[in-house]
This record gives sequence, C-alpha cells and structure tokens, in this order.
Amino acid sequence: MIVATLVVFAFGIIGIPDNWSGKGLLAAIGNRIHLGLDLKGGTHLILQVQVNDAVTVDSDNAIERLKTDLRAHKITYAEITKPDPVNAPEKVVLKGVPPESRSDLLSIVQDRLPEYSLTSGADNVWTVAMKPQALSELKKRAVTQAIETIRNRIDQLGVSEPIIEEHGLGQYQILVQLPGIDDPGRVKDIMQSTAMLEIRQSMGGPYPSEQAALQQSGGVLPPDTMLMQGHSIGATTAENGPVWYLISRASAVTGRDLRSAEPSRDENGQPSVQFTLTGEGGRRFGAFTGAHVGDNLAVVLDNKVQEVAVIKEQIHDTGVINGRFGEQEAKDLAMVLRSGALPAGIKYLEERTVGPSLGTDSIRAGVTAAVIGMLAVLVFMLVYYHAAGINADVALILNLIILLGFLGFSGATLTLPGIAGVILTVGMGVDSNVLIFERIREELRSGKTPPSAVEQGFSHAWITIVDTHVTTIVSAIILFIFGTGPVRGFAVTLSFGLFANLFTAVFVSRVIFDWILSRKQRGEALSIG
Amino acid sequence: MEFFRNADIDFLGKKWYFLAFSLVFSVAGLFSMLFWHGIPYGVDFRGGTLVYVKFAQTPDDNAIRASMDRAGLHSVRIQRYGQQSSNEVLIDVSEEQTSEQALDRSKLLIISALETNAPPDKQDLNNASVLALKTYFLQKDPLRAGTDAEQRYAAQAQAIVDYRDKAKGGVLNSVDDLKGAADPAVVASLQDGFYVSNFAVRNVEIVGPQVGAQLRRQALLATAYSLAGMLIYLAVRFEWIYGVAAVVTVFHDTLITVGAFSLMNKEISLTVIAAILTLIGYSNNDTIVVFDRIRENLKLMRREKLSDIVNRSINQTLSRTILTAGLTFLTVLALFLFGGEVLHGFSFALVIGILIGTYSSIAIAAPILVAYQDWRSNQGRPAVEMAIRKESSRGEKVKAKV
Repeated sequence: MIVATLVVFAFGIIGIPDNWSGKGLLAAIGNRIHLGLDLKGGTHLILQVQVNDAVTVDSDNAIERLKTDLRAHKITYAEITKPDPVNAPEKVVLKGVPPESRSDLLSIVQDRLPEYSLTSGADNVWTVAMKPQALSELKKRAVTQAIETIRNRIDQLGVSEPIIEEHGLGQYQILVQLPGIDDPGRVKDIMQSTAMLEIRQSMGGPYPSEQAALQQSGGVLPPDTMLMQGHSIGATTAENGPVWYLISRASAVTGRDLRSAEPSRDENGQPSVQFTLTGEGGRRFGAFTGAHVGDNLAVVLDNKVQEVAVIKEQIHDTGVINGRFGEQEAKDLAMVLRSGALPAGIKYLEERTVGPSLGTDSIRAGVTAAVIGMLAVLVFMLVYYHAAGINADVALILNLIILLGFLGFSGATLTLPGIAGVILTVGMGVDSNVLIFERIREELRSGKTPPSAVEQGFSHAWITIVDTHVTTIVSAIILFIFGTGPVRGFAVTLSFGLFANLFTAVFVSRVIFDWILSRKQRGEALSIG
Repeated sequence: MEFFRNADIDFLGKKWYFLAFSLVFSVAGLFSMLFWHGIPYGVDFRGGTLVYVKFAQTPDDNAIRASMDRAGLHSVRIQRYGQQSSNEVLIDVSEEQTSEQALDRSKLLIISALETNAPPDKQDLNNASVLALKTYFLQKDPLRAGTDAEQRYAAQAQAIVDYRDKAKGGVLNSVDDLKGAADPAVVASLQDGFYVSNFAVRNVEIVGPQVGAQLRRQALLATAYSLAGMLIYLAVRFEWIYGVAAVVTVFHDTLITVGAFSLMNKEISLTVIAAILTLIGYSNNDTIVVFDRIRENLKLMRREKLSDIVNRSINQTLSRTILTAGLTFLTVLALFLFGGEVLHGFSFALVIGILIGTYSSIAIAAPILVAYQDWRSNQGRPAVEMAIRKESSRGEKVKAKV
C-alpha cells in the first residue's frame, strides 16, 4: 500500500522521464509541475471593461430608431435626451409627445424596442429605459466579447498557456496572464488594435502551399498582388491544413466602413453573417462590385483570408458572408466583425511584470530555504527521538513526495508562496508525529508495554490531529476562495500538504511502528529517545 | 533526549504577568497603527507603482532621485533592494501619481528618466523584450530567412533574452556580450538599432486605486471568515466558550503581528495576509491541542478544580507545544533567512506569529476558560457544565460538574 502510493506519486512528480540522469529528471519535474507567473516570469494584467460604452451605443441606436419611427407615425415630440449619459446611459427621456399619441408610442416601443420599457411621468415626459435584465445581459455580453476579442489578439503573440478570463473579484473585470511575456506595452497595443477587416479582390487560389501558388503565376507574383493564408473559419479545407490565395494589395472597404454585422441565414437556410456598411463605405463597395461582377472577392480578417465568394451583381451597402460554417461559427464571425474594435473601452486596473531573472532567483531562494528547513527538521527528529525519529523522517519525506505528486497530477500551479507552503507543511506536518510520539512516551512512562503504548498513543493523538487539521484546512480554503495568483498557489500546496500529512503521519508511521514492534522480543524497550 | 519531563509550572498563577505582557504589545501595536506609522499597506492594498531596477554598477540614489525629479516624479521613494552586490533599487511612486486613466504613466516616466544617454532612434537592448527583438529581426532580416523567418527569429530573440536574463543576470555591458549566445549575423545586426543602457527593469507592480480598495476589503473578509469558521468548528466540537476563547486568542495574535508590522513600518502585502491566515490556523492548532487535553482530563479528574485541570493539561502538552513550535520556527526561520527578498514580509509575519501563537495558547486561551468559569460563580450562577461529548458509539453526553 505504502509502496504503491510512493510509486504513484513519484510518477506524478516526474512522469516517465526520457532518461534517468540528474538533468533528465530535473527536466521531467519541470514538465510536470506548472510554475506560476511569479516564478516563470510574465505579464499579469487586470482590466475593466467600460460596459457603459456598449450601453451608450445601444441606447444611441434606440434613439435613432425611435426618431425614425416617431416620424413615420407622424408623432410630434419636443426633444429626446439622455438625462445622465455618463452614469445611466440606458435611460432616454422623451418630452412633449401629445397625450393622444400615447397608445401609438406604447406600441412603437413594444414592437420596435423590445428590450426597452416605457414609463410616463408628469407633464408628458416619458422615460424609455433598457429593461434591467436586458441591461445586465448587454453588459455581460460586452465582457464576453471583450474576452473573446482579447483572446483572438493574444493568440497572435503565440503565448503558451495564456489565461484570459473573467476576474470574479470585481465587476466587469478581466484577468490576463501571459507567462513568458514581459512586455506589457506591446501586449496592450495588440489587445487594443482593431481587428482589420478588409474586402479585397481575390485573383486566384486556394493553393495548397506558397510554392504551388508561385508556380501558378510562373514563379513571380503579378504586380499589386500578394499571397495570403486562408483562415480556418468556414473553410472546408480547414481540416487539411492551411491554404493560400492570391489577393490584391488594395482593399475595397475596411472594417472602418462597417456599420454592423449580425448572424443570419442565407437563402438555403445555412448560417451566414450579414453586414451593413456606412454610407461612404457603401458607395465605394458599390463601385468596386459594379466593376468586378463575375470576379472573386475575399473577406480578409487580420491578414488572413476568411472567405472567398463570387460577385454576382453590384452590391451597395449590405452584404452576406456565406459560410460553410455552423451556427456558432457564424455567431463568432459576426462577433469578431462587430468587435473589430473592442465592444467597449478598457481601463487598466493592475499591471505586474515579473522578469525571468527575478523568477529564477526566487526559485533558487525558495528551494534553498526548503532544503535547509527540511534538513534541520529531519536531523532534529533523529536526535530527539532516536530510532523513532527515522520513522518520522520517512513519513515526512513521503509527505513531500505525495505533495509534489499531487501538484503534478492536478496541474495546480506552484508559486513562490506555494514553495513557502511546502516548507510550512514540513514544519506543521511534523507536529502530528510529535503529538503521537509525546503521547507514546507518556504512556510508556505510566508503565504500559510498548505495543499498548503505541496503540494508546495513536488513538489519543488521532482526535487532536483531526481537529488541528480541519481548522488549518478551513483557513487554507478561505485563502483559496479569496486569494488570487501567488496566494492561491500557497493555499493549494498548504491544503494538499495537510491531506498528505494526515495519511503519512497517522497511517504510514503506524505501519512502521507495528513492523518494528513485530520484530522485537517481548519486553524489549522501544527506541523513542 | 527529552526537554520537559514532568513539567509542573503554575501557568494560571502567572496570568497577570501574561496579561500585562500581551497588553503592552497590543497597545504598542495599536498605538503605532493609530498615531504613528498607521497600517503600512503594501502596494497591493494602497495602490501605486513599484519598479525594480538592476544597475550595471553601484547605483547612486541621489542621481536617481534627481533624474526622477527632472521627469516630474517628486514624491518618489528609492530603496536599495536585495544584496548590496546585486545593485538593485526599488523605485516606489506614491499612489497619488498612479491613476487608472494612464496606469503605466509613472513606469514609462521612470524608464525614460533612467535612459539618460540614449542615442536617438536606438532601442535599449537591456530592456528589449522578445517581441521587440523579433519584430526588429523580421524587419532587418539578417539571416535572409525564407518562409520560416517568424520561427527562426523568434528563437534567436528568445536565445538572446534568455542569455541576457539568465546567464548575465539581466544587464549586458555591451552588444558584444552576446557573442556565442545567438547567430553572429543576428548579433551584428543589433548594432544598428540597439544600444546598451546601464540598467534593466526586472519587475514592475502597478496597482490602481480600485484594485487596492478591492483587495483591502477581501483581505479583511478573508480574515473575518476564517475566524468565524474556527469559532463555529470549535463550538460544534467543544463548547461555545472554547470557540470564543480560541477566537479571542487568535485575534490577539493577529493584532500583535499586524502591530509588529506597524511598529517596524514593514509593508503588509497580499502574501503577508496569507501568512496571517496561516498563523490563524497555526495558533488555533496549538490552542486545540491544549483544549483537547483539557477535555480529556475533565473526564478523568472530575473532582478537581478547573484551574488545576487546565494547569495540568498545559504542562502535559508543554513538551509537544515547545517541540512543534521550535520545529516550525526552524523552517520559518530558514524561509526568513534564505527565502529571498520577495518572501521577506511573509516569513517575517510567520516568525512573529509562531512565537506569539505558541505563547498565546498557553497564556491567553486557557486563562479565558478559567476566567469565564470564575465570572459565572461570582455571578452566583451554578458552575457551568463543561459538557464533554464522549467518544462513545452512542454519542452520550457526559456532564462534568466543576
């Protein structure tokens, strides 16, 4: 049982190393145990999405629609304003609507602005406000979109294991952790760059490789063209790896000309994305498509070809990106197009950068302290408890192996405070052994035989050990819930360590004691110092 | 070997000394928190900008301060950091100059203020990131790389940065230092676009006021929940008065530890809070061991006075208390001495905490039990029944009159 545990957890620490030399083992440990940002170096950002930006856009649109509809229904009004555009952009006040138009107004809001509610006040003042549920959904969506957009951008950096998630501790906050990247300035530039949507002319493709594309055009690219890789969204060849297209250098319209993009369905009922251009953009797009009927156009996003389609007729201000894509993909694409810019402004709340050299120093210091602390405890136990000290030492070492194995298996992150947690586990872990040993000594003093002293010692100490462990684990769990980053790493190692300790101090050292006792003659003294 | 065989010390008889001792430290700490240093919040809690800079030579604090002044950063604290020989300086810009509108403004000002003799149009190699180097190489294309340019230059940039940070400790003296670390053609191409400054930024912490307030609230909540958790657990396992005694004890420990930080004007960071929560767990451990023994002895010695039983219990567990405290202290001391600068506050809190936590379970927790008992009899009420949940299979309650 003990041997099996040892083997399993040793596997947890090192996996199956390539070779058994010291270096190979160290590398294997490095692969299994994830180091936190404070040890590896990297960038940590907390940012807040200014969700009111998204609300402002939505309510501005609502005002426009309201104005158009009021005009269409020939309802007169004095003014439409936002009483508090900064703190409550979801609220629109409508003044001077004649009382007889009341029911018309009601039906306009109900039909055309289903996410808004209408309440009347004194003097023909109406308040059109976004419904609380719609409002909170809009805000939540702004955060999700921002996370998605940021993730897309970060992917361009090629960071391994980035963390981009909602930061639960605050409102509308996002946590971004990028191991190995120590240049937050550049990260911020990339995060806030707009997704470059362009519609260009496609001259040829898809080609399976750049070489094949070059061969097609005789080894030299035609003037004003370039090769561009195809994007995987919607491409049937996605599974077969990247493809290349020959694309014009100039773009007909860009993301700046985009007014909106929504997921929709094409004439065959397939999911697609419908987009609307601004007036200026629409004129240019009309000119371009008018001149190139029968040619191919390419939808290019961030310098990757998203889709290629035949221009069947002149298109003015709306267009459809037909997809061989699924519902979710259409939604995503619409979102990426819309979120070409982030859906709302971003405010940085926290920025931390750890240089890799500092991380290396910290690991060295942490490990030194751990080794020294551990050695001191091991030696002391031997001196104080003689042979029983070996027993405690074995339990401690096993404890350490189990703890590190846990870390390897669970993929939990080891931080610098986490290393401190390991050290503390050693110190506190020895407590269980001390409790048991002291109790055994007491029982021996009161005249019990070694076997019954061991029996009594364990059973009395057990209750205390459970009580002490539970309270410490309570502390650790609360730390885990409230803490972030390095502190959380500490909570994890501390709790794992305590659980491992329950097993080793109580079970393992009991087995060792029993084994020692079974080899002794009756009445022979127990070596416990 | 054995330290405390058959110890028989009248701990309860010395409770007034203990009380005086605790009062002196608590009041001193409180006094410092209220009227002297206040609670010295670290950057996590107060917000602000910390930039850790490593210099190639011994840094001159006054020169740094002068250049910060020129850059418009006035209330700047400059502090030597780490070992003397590592030439590291911590530049601490107060929270007033860190706003969420432009969070990294102070950092950028510090860096540009330190780059005093930067040649125009050249980037600083000591502070260049992998990304910056890669972008530069892609532009210069010193290897005449083909389709795999991206990967090749990324690898070269990584090799250079690794060499600079790991082999050279972060600061290069000249571009030539890189010979052998990367492709010669790549290193040569650096001469055109890079120069070498005399410093490198190793670590930056910028915390805006909003996060600071958020973290302060959380630290407080975490501590409160942790105390409440203990109270409930102990009330369930023992009697509510045990829970109260333990929580008062732990509160006393926390107060003295935070007071020590205030007295010594050491900053309380997030990791210090982690240490304090650990200390709450540890101190509680100690208290529980004594309480467990009191509970056990109550069953065995029903006729004796509570104060005698408590004294006996403390003495019986004294050997264990001192041993565990000593061993834990040993490990924490190793952490304090060898754990490096980053863990300094954390291990300091534990060093103080373990001393106080051990003392308090003997000197505070147990006397509270006895004091409560005395108070009840002075009120003329019957002696409290110290209920003991007997560990029998029937869960029958045994009441011990004391």
